[in-house]
Amino acid sequence: MNRVDARFEKLRADGERAFIPYFAAGDPSLSATEELVLAAAEVGADVIELGIPFSDPIADGPSIQRATERALRAGTTVEGIFRTVERIRESSDVPLVLMTYFNPVAYRGVERFCQEARQAGADGLIVPDLPVEDAEELLEAARAQELATIFLVAPTTPNERIRRIADATRGFLYAVSLTGVTGARDAISPDLQPLLERVRRQTNKPVCVGFGISNPEQARRVAQLADGVIVGSAIVNTVEAHLSEPQRLVGATREFIRELLTAVRSVRGPLR
Amino acid sequence: MPLRADARGRFGEFGGQYVPEVLIPALQELEAAHRRYWNDPEFQAEYEFYLREYVGRPSLLYFAQRLTEALGGPKIYLKREDLNHTGAHKINNAIGQILLARRMGKKRIIAETGAGQHGVATATACALFGMECEIYMGAEDVERQALNVFRMRLLGAKVTPVTSGTRTLKDATNEAFRDWVTNVRTTYYLIGSAVGAHPFPTIVRDLQSVIGREARRQILEREGRLPDCLVACVGGGSNALGLFAPFYEDRQVRMIGVEAAGEGIERRHAASLTAGTVGVFHGARTFLLQEQDGQIRPAHSISAGLDYPGVGPELAYYRRTGRAEFVAVTDAEALEGVQLLARTEGIIPALETAHAIAYLPKLAQEYGPEGIVIVNLSGRGDKDASIVARALEEKLGS
Ligand SMILES: Cc1ncc(COP(=O)(O)O)c(C=O)c1O
Repeated sequence: MNRVDARFEKLRADGERAFIPYFAAGDPSLSATEELVLAAAEVGADVIELGIPFSDPIADGPSIQRATERALRAGTTVEGIFRTVERIRESSDVPLVLMTYFNPVAYRGVERFCQEARQAGADGLIVPDLPVEDAEELLEAARAQELATIFLVAPTTPNERIRRIADATRGFLYAVSLTGVTGARDAISPDLQPLLERVRRQTNKPVCVGFGISNPEQARRVAQLADGVIVGSAIVNTVEAHLSEPQRLVGATREFIRELLTAVRSVRGPLR
Repeated sequence: MPLRADARGRFGEFGGQYVPEVLIPALQELEAAHRRYWNDPEFQAEYEFYLREYVGRPSLLYFAQRLTEALGGPKIYLKREDLNHTGAHKINNAIGQILLARRMGKKRIIAETGAGQHGVATATACALFGMECEIYMGAEDVERQALNVFRMRLLGAKVTPVTSGTRTLKDATNEAFRDWVTNVRTTYYLIGSAVGAHPFPTIVRDLQSVIGREARRQILEREGRLPDCLVACVGGGSNALGLFAPFYEDRQVRMIGVEAAGEGIERRHAASLTAGTVGVFHGARTFLLQEQDGQIRPAHSISAGLDYPGVGPELAYYRRTGRAEFVAVTDAEALEGVQLLARTEGIIPALETAHAIAYLPKLAQEYGPEGIVIVNLSGRGDKDASIVARALEEKLGS
């Protein structure tokens, strides 16, 4: 069974929520990414999202834009990221999903990208600018490689479309908590709860919430509403804050992830 | 009949809607509104009213006699989009989309701009209809197009410099997309060229097609026959498609799109159709400039309006099927083009337009005096005066 599916099965059986940290691969270097992923896995992160840097990240706010620029300046390539995933796999079984804009996939060829991702040890793909209608080729290639295909739903997505997207989803459904780009926010969007209620009526698949979640308290509150909590920009910000003291970078990020995880784990029992 | 995108918003393999999920419902809403109003006589009447009374259409189809003589080949006609209000073809699109936005109940307009021509056109249309307007412009372009920045602000628009990435048009477009992702419920994204996710390329093409419809009628009146060849510069493709699309089924009419070769095709340039490869960028599958892993390669052109690493999907289809030919001219050749038109006709073209002019000496050799060529004179050159002055001084070594 795909590692992502296996993890969600176990979480459900245990009545727990998933905690999913996001790292911008190659920020500030791929060796740092390797250490960060292993640290997050060791702390107990359920799934890890690795962002492939793209020159024109239209779905991302300033934090991930800056991380992307740092990663590209450091010479990060898709090949390098696959090699990093391989190295992570030597010592960890943590479920890993790659988040990438579509052009790096299209450039390599959808089939080849999926093959190489799988060979390296990745478990799934999130392609935020690939709508489900244009995803046929990717769905087929990912299925052949047993990769999860994680689609996004947004507060603007109508119900019939949510169902269509949920049908194509394997692994978990990614609910975008707000109408906007990635980035830490002060408050949880009022759009979230109505969205989750609509999603629940369309699917039984696990639903994880991302975009905007920035601290343990918010993570805990979102964990009460969904099967999992995804934190990206706030973690990327922690990495950024420690760029000038690299010896503390991994430790400080690990600590922040531990706090977020503890908050998510404090919520137990079946979802309402 | 112009070419139509299929039900999935594609021209052959090109086009589509490669955008974040948040925007898909907005694109569907836009598609429905476009379909409904584009065929609505009331909308058409209002659009025509503003084109006539405000933009000053129809624009002239001017026989450039001295240019024709200087080139010693075919008769050259200029479609004078430079004489439109605000000085370029961009206003045709801005007015049309504002009318659409009003019918959709949107109060806030955003746009990206490169040279500032589309920004000025959008700010103008917003002033005309009393709408809130924010223009995203690469920080580098804010510097090289200072006059247009001032014009936009004078018109009441907020101009937001974009400092990410290459600080030019592609980054301004990224930022406009991000704004739209965030404010999609209240905001209309008034895209400036025939690029982006479906239905934008079709909307812009339809609105700019007034250029070709007029030109077709005007040349038939003047010459009693269709032209042999159409020429237009290509950034995103809106002025080119505006001229070409109404001639699409006139198979005997040749079409040539002129891209920016910048410092040369072997060096930094913006010629995505001539020298690019197929990928997915700004919502569409199309030709673009890319490097390892599909990272977008920064474009370069002396002309801010052509300084873009992608191109609209419909022109990509024209290239794939051979319906149009595409060539590229360098920064230096474009400067020659500016001077050629200025000295033979007393018309100073925009640097974008100068690329089309610069290809004429070569093209002229292929036709005798019976030949007829129509060039889309997409904009006037006032905005570029300081850039041209600097470039020419450097060349003259003074
Ligand atoms: C005068 C003029 N011509 C041409 C262009 C290029 O755009 P397009 O290819 O969409 O016509 C611009 C863009 O700013 C322009 O200002």
